[in-house]
Amino acid sequence: MMINRRSFFIIYVILVLISLTGILLPLDGALAQEISPSGPTDDEVNAIAKQLYCPVCENIPLDVCPTQACTQWRELIREKLTEGWKEDEIKNYFVAQYGDRVLAAPPARGLNWLVYIIPPLAIVGGGYILYRALKAWKQVPPVSEEESQSFAEQDDEYAARIEEELRRR
Amino acid sequence: MSDTPTPPEPENVESPEKSKRKVAIFGRNFSVGALAAWIGLFALLALLAVGMLRNQEGPVTVGETVPDFTLTTFEGEQISLADLKDKVVVLNFWASWCKPCEEEAADLETAWRIYEPGGEVVFLGVDYVDTETEAQIYLEKFDITYPNGPDLRTKISQAFRIRGVPETYIIDKNGKLAAFKISPFLSLAEIQGMIDPLLAVQN
Repeated sequence: MMINRRSFFIIYVILVLISLTGILLPLDGALAQEISPSGPTDDEVNAIAKQLYCPVCENIPLDVCPTQACTQWRELIREKLTEGWKEDEIKNYFVAQYGDRVLAAPPARGLNWLVYIIPPLAIVGGGYILYRALKAWKQVPPVSEEESQSFAEQDDEYAARIEEELRRR
Repeated sequence: MSDTPTPPEPENVESPEKSKRKVAIFGRNFSVGALAAWIGLFALLALLAVGMLRNQEGPVTVGETVPDFTLTTFEGEQISLADLKDKVVVLNFWASWCKPCEEEAADLETAWRIYEPGGEVVFLGVDYVDTETEAQIYLEKFDITYPNGPDLRTKISQAFRIRGVPETYIIDKNGKLAAFKISPFLSLAEIQGMIDPLLAVQN
């Protein structure tokens, strides 16, 4: 019984992790781009810009941010692309200049790990609690014949006491 | 072999192996797993609380010792506040995309040229969230000659918890914040009015 429960839990954890990895992995690969010889296009600039956030206009991705600061940043991305910089090099440059907070996804180091660990842990933990609750709910032990007889006897005893009390009045 | 059915094992009676994995706290039994989960939860809440408290901290206040910082200028020179003891420091946060910064740029440069020969006052410009190309154009446009550099990784602005640009912090000779201005200076006299009283004070 214990082995089954454990193996179910392990399988559940593995499935959750696989599904999360499946969601996250395509993000990196899909963004690799070739720069055209005539210079980077707006789409190529925006492919990198949408992964960056200017600290001045919090919560607005760089590709759609209308401020002058963000326009300058997009121009900087264009300059770097023209110079032949790769996407990762540009992002690293922005991090070196303006800090980790310019990244849409925080780098997985230090306390930032919590951002990546807590959600799957919460999902797995929540699933486990739900599993335990459902299992406990399902396994309410049926009342045996002996127990039901004992309840009936107890009922009779109480009924007799009540009857006696009523008679006394 | 007997036909008598064995009585079901009561649910609330635990095997010795299971009871070993329990820890008693304040008279209540916790399983090791539950205890670890609670500790994890409290640690997470503590982290959140620290983060929220940090966010609620206001800017550096007058009289407070200013956090130390090192500015790397556009020319590559490193200037540390710790090395500027016994000098009044005028720390100006600006950006090339900031229109109000332009209003005070000329006055700041004029003030620098007034105080530079005395050697008692140092002006430092911190270029906030800017590109170097645009910053250099700005410095050239206003003929700014005092040391300026980018706010690398926005460390200096975060240490001062600035709310925007322009902001200017005047640090006295003891490294304490003497005055600050959260908007552009309106005149040269206003800048001098903040610096001069600090020059009169002996260390």
